[in-house]
Amino acid sequence: MSVLTPPRSASRNAGRAPGARENFSAWANRHRKWLFAAPAMAFVGVLIIFPLAWTLYLSLTDSQGSVRAATEFIGLENYLTVLSDAERFWPAVGRTLAFTGVALVCEVVLGMGIALLLWRPFRGEKWVRVAILMPLVATPVAVGMMWRLIFDPNIGFVNQLLGMVGIPAQPWLSGQDTALGTTIFMDVWQWTPMVVLILLAGLTSLSEEPDEAARMDGANAFQRFFFITLPLMMPTVIVAILLRGIDALKTFDILYATKGKGGGSFHEVETLNVYAYGLSFDYNQYGLSSAVLILFFMIIIGSMWLLTMRKKAVSK
Amino acid sequence: MTVLNENTENKTSAGQPQWAPRRRKPVGTRAYKAFRVAALIAVVLFLVAPLFWMLLASLKTNVDIYDTGKSFFFAPTGENYANVLQRNNYFVFIFNSFWVAFVSTALSLVLGVPAAYAMSRFTMHRSALVVLMARVIPGVSLLVPWYYVFSNLKMVGGFEVLILSHMFVSLPLIVYIMMSYFDSLPLELEESAQVDGLTPIGAFRRITLPLSVAGMATAGILSFIFSWNNFMFALVLSGSKTKTLPVAIFDFVSYASIDWGGLMAAATVVTIPIMIIALFTQKYIVSGMTAGATKG
Repeated sequence: MSVLTPPRSASRNAGRAPGARENFSAWANRHRKWLFAAPAMAFVGVLIIFPLAWTLYLSLTDSQGSVRAATEFIGLENYLTVLSDAERFWPAVGRTLAFTGVALVCEVVLGMGIALLLWRPFRGEKWVRVAILMPLVATPVAVGMMWRLIFDPNIGFVNQLLGMVGIPAQPWLSGQDTALGTTIFMDVWQWTPMVVLILLAGLTSLSEEPDEAARMDGANAFQRFFFITLPLMMPTVIVAILLRGIDALKTFDILYATKGKGGGSFHEVETLNVYAYGLSFDYNQYGLSSAVLILFFMIIIGSMWLLTMRKKAVSK
Repeated sequence: MTVLNENTENKTSAGQPQWAPRRRKPVGTRAYKAFRVAALIAVVLFLVAPLFWMLLASLKTNVDIYDTGKSFFFAPTGENYANVLQRNNYFVFIFNSFWVAFVSTALSLVLGVPAAYAMSRFTMHRSALVVLMARVIPGVSLLVPWYYVFSNLKMVGGFEVLILSHMFVSLPLIVYIMMSYFDSLPLELEESAQVDGLTPIGAFRRITLPLSVAGMATAGILSFIFSWNNFMFALVLSGSKTKTLPVAIFDFVSYASIDWGGLMAAATVVTIPIMIIALFTQKYIVSGMTAGATKG
C-alpha cells in the first residue's frame, strides 16, 4: 500500500510539466497530517494554554480590583492564604467532593437499575427512550428555575405532595442543611439519563454467552448480575463515572441559578467552581481566585488519573 | 464504535424480526414482568413530571400558582408567554442563542473534523489529549484572561467573543466524537480509492467525508445543544445586545420579586426548541453521548 500511495498526483499528470497547482497538491498531501490537525490545535493552544499559563502567573501575584492594575509578584502567598482558609476554601472543597460523590453514587446505581430495565426489548420502548432524553437536553438554568418552583417551601409541589401523606413541609433549597442535598437531587434527575445511555450501550455490546452459560448452570438473576454482568461491565461503569464525574465536579449552572452569588447567604451550596467564579467576577480577587482554580484543576486531574488507573486495572 | 452501537440498537428497537435465528426467551416470571412495567412507569414519571409541571405553571396566572387547590385544574392563559416574548423581547435572545450556537458549531466542525481525521488515522494520541484537555479544564480559569484580552480588544459584548468561547466547548466535543467515528470506519475504502487514482486528501474529501455524515450530524447536534444550554461564558462575555437565553432567564429573577408564571414561560421557551430537536434526532444524540464509552 505504502509503496503505491506517494506518486498518485504524478502519475495522473504524467507527460505534463508539474505546475504550481500540482506542486501545492503534492505538498498538501505529504503534510496532510499537520495540515488537518494544526488549525484545531492552534485554536486550542491560543484559547486554552495561553490563558491557563496566565492564570498560573496570576496565582503568584496580588492582582485584584482590575486585571490592568499594577500587580506585585508575591510567590506562593495566595496558595498559603487559600490552603489555610477554613472558612470558605475547605468547606467548598468538602461540598464539591460531597456533591460529586453522592451524585455519582446515586446516578450510577439508579442508572444501572434503569439500564437493566431497558436492556431487553419491550413494547413502548421508543417512548421510554424519549423520556430519558428530555432531562438530558434541557437547559440547566431553566431546570434550576423549574426546581426552584417545585421545591418552593410555600407553593412548591413537593411540599404539597408531602402534606398529603402527613409529612411536614421542608425548606429544601432555602434550608441551610437541605440546600446541598436538594441540588444533588436536581443533578441526579438531570444526569442519570446520561449514565443510563452509556451503561445501556455497554450492556448491548456484551456477548450473551457468559450469561446464558450461567443460566444453564442454574444461577439466579441476582447471581448472574453480580458475578457475570457487573464484572464485565466494570470498564464501562468507570467510563461513565469518569465522564460524569468531570462535569459534576465543575457543576455551576444549577447552583448559581438556584442559590445565586456565593452559593447562598450561608454559602450552603458554594462549591469550588462557584467560589472561584465569585472571587473572580463578584469580588475581583484575581490572584486569589487563580490560586483556587489551579488547586481545583489539580483536584480534577488527580481524580481523573485515579479513575484511569482503576480502569486499566479492571480492563485487564 | 458508533456504527456498532447503531447496529445493536436497530436490532433491539426493531423488536423480534421473524428471521432472527434464536431470540432470547422471554425473561423472568410474571411477577418480574409486573415489577418491570411498574418500575418503567415510575422512571418515566420521575423524568417527565417536573417538566410537565413547569409547562403547567407557565400557563397559569400568578394567583393560580399560589393556589394549591388549582394544581391541575385551572383556566389556562397565554399571558405569560405574551409577556415574555413581547415585553421582554425574548425573540432577540432566541435569535442570539440560535446564532451563537449555529456559528460556533459550524466553525467547530470545519476545524474539528479534519483534525479528528488526522488524529484518528495517524494515531496522534498526544495531540488528541491536548484538545481533549479542554473538556477537563474548569471554564472559570479561562474566563479571567479571556475577559482581559477581549475587553482590551473591545470585543466583549460582541458575537465574535461569544462564538469563540462556545467553540471552546464544541471543538473538543466534536473532535472526541469524530475520532471514535473515524476509528470505526474501515481503512480499506480509502486505500482502494487511492489505488483508483485519488490523492489522500481527495480520498478524504470524496470517500471518507460522505461516509461520515452520520457522525458529523451526531457531533453537530450535540455541539449545538451544549452551546444553546451554555450559561457561564455568556454570563461573563455577553452584552445587552448579545445576551443568550440562559442569561436572559437568569436575569429574570434578579429583578424584584419572582414572577413565577413568567419565569416558567421563559424556562419553557428555552427548553422547548431543544427538546423538539432531541425528539427528531434521538438516535444521533444517543450515539454521541455514548461515543467511545464501550471501547474498553
